[in-house]
Amino acid sequence: MDDTTMIEADDVEANVAADDLVEAELLVEEISIDGMCGVY
Amino acid sequence: MSVESAPSPSRLVTELKRGLDAPICLTWELTYACNLQCVHCLSSSGQRDPRELTTTEAKQVLDELRDLQVFYINIGGGEPMVRRDFFELLEYSIDNGIGVKFSTNGAFIDADKARRLAAMDYLDVQISLDGTDALTNDAVRGAGSYDMAIRAMDNLQEAAFGPFKISVVATRHNVDQLDEFKALADSYGARLRITRLRPSGRGADSWHDLHPTNAQQRQIYDWLLAHGDNVLTGDSFFHLNALGDPLPGLNMCGAGRVVCLIDPIGDVYACPFVIHDEFRAGSVRDEGGFATVWKQSSRFLELREPQSAGACGSCGSYDACQGGCMAAKFFTGLPLDGPDPECVKSHGEQLLEGIDIGQNPKPGMDHTKPVRITLGAKVAQIG
Amino acid sequence: MPDTIPSTILDSGLELNPRVALRPEPFGALAYNYGNRRLVFLKHPDVVRVAKGLAEHESLRETLRACEIPVERWPSFATAFESLKSSEVVRER
Repeated sequence: MDDTTMIEADDVEANVAADDLVEAELLVEEISIDGMCGVY
Repeated sequence: MSVESAPSPSRLVTELKRGLDAPICLTWELTYACNLQCVHCLSSSGQRDPRELTTTEAKQVLDELRDLQVFYINIGGGEPMVRRDFFELLEYSIDNGIGVKFSTNGAFIDADKARRLAAMDYLDVQISLDGTDALTNDAVRGAGSYDMAIRAMDNLQEAAFGPFKISVVATRHNVDQLDEFKALADSYGARLRITRLRPSGRGADSWHDLHPTNAQQRQIYDWLLAHGDNVLTGDSFFHLNALGDPLPGLNMCGAGRVVCLIDPIGDVYACPFVIHDEFRAGSVRDEGGFATVWKQSSRFLELREPQSAGACGSCGSYDACQGGCMAAKFFTGLPLDGPDPECVKSHGEQLLEGIDIGQNPKPGMDHTKPVRITLGAKVAQIG
Repeated sequence: MPDTIPSTILDSGLELNPRVALRPEPFGALAYNYGNRRLVFLKHPDVVRVAKGLAEHESLRETLRACEIPVERWPSFATAFESLKSSEVVRER
């Protein structure tokens, strides 16, 4: 996966439009227990 | 709280790689004692260590895990059922809201134990098996081990335990048996788990002969793509994702980030495949116990920093394979910021040619039983 | 826009599934269902607040209102709680 960093709190206002788009994505995400190496 | 002050929903993998406040689960090897001597044993088990955690100490660890809200533990060893307090610890864990999954060779799951296990809440059992016939399996796990495992499965089925897991380490000699493994699991209503062989523990000695060839890796990959939705892999094959469409899973190493290992003497390592000083984060016996190790150990904090692609940075497949498994690299003598020894583009293979195997890191712990020789009889030792 | 969301989930009286443990994390929370062994990430602290407030309010709509979630975000929350319902993290009362 790439190194996308978290959007800093300061930048949030400048990126409100981006936030809307991002929130149209997932606020919750199910993860398979089988989906991370080391998790049994 | 308004939207302006809260961060946006974060990319999941990014958050996981930064580490969680507590592990999702962790592997806890209860003992180094084992009735078997599998050639590839990741913990080099065999003999009990005199320093192993007492029942009281083990319960203290469980108390800590409860307070951290660890959801469940994955118990292993050695053979965990060898411990006299095995059921006591199981019950203590479950009573404290910590689920238990445990790995076993099945030797001790007789009809009575199977019934006892079937009666317990939140318990998953995983039986290890590395061949669909005694010849293939016992070559790796020892004479009688195939029968032992099958008997355990029969007993669990008889006791109406419900779905258990059959866990297989993919080797050069069982790659052609994947369909049969699936059929075996189906016949018990069990779930099949296929995992990657790492050169860890005794696995270091047998790895060069036992690990799948490049062609076999592709065979495994193709088979998993075809059967992926029904077969578990523990995300252990993400190094194969460079072959094409990614296998199901997050494609990430959880070591020190979402999981870790507690070994029988209370040492904490990044994962079960790196029992070595290099990856030791501390001990549950340290001041501050497990919680402090998880939250503050420098080794874990390092792992939670963004990792460098290093030599893999120029390879177009790094996003897919993430440079593979650090345990595989470490114990084959390869640098951690470079290709996996089983890199599907053979970048690792090329580097391995220059390595003197004798100089490779040795397992941090070795509890292999010494060979016993009896007068007038053949050497009674396997592997 | 709220008008285009199927009104069922917003009007539903919901509660956290009793078999679910909700564990705070810096980004939100982890929800683990001990019954079906499924793991769900609540990726925003606001979702966690709403999930915890569900039982105290008539409906999801009332909970969103009480938690001061702006109406423009309700579609995302409706989707999120539909998802939590199908993952069995929350259920109808």
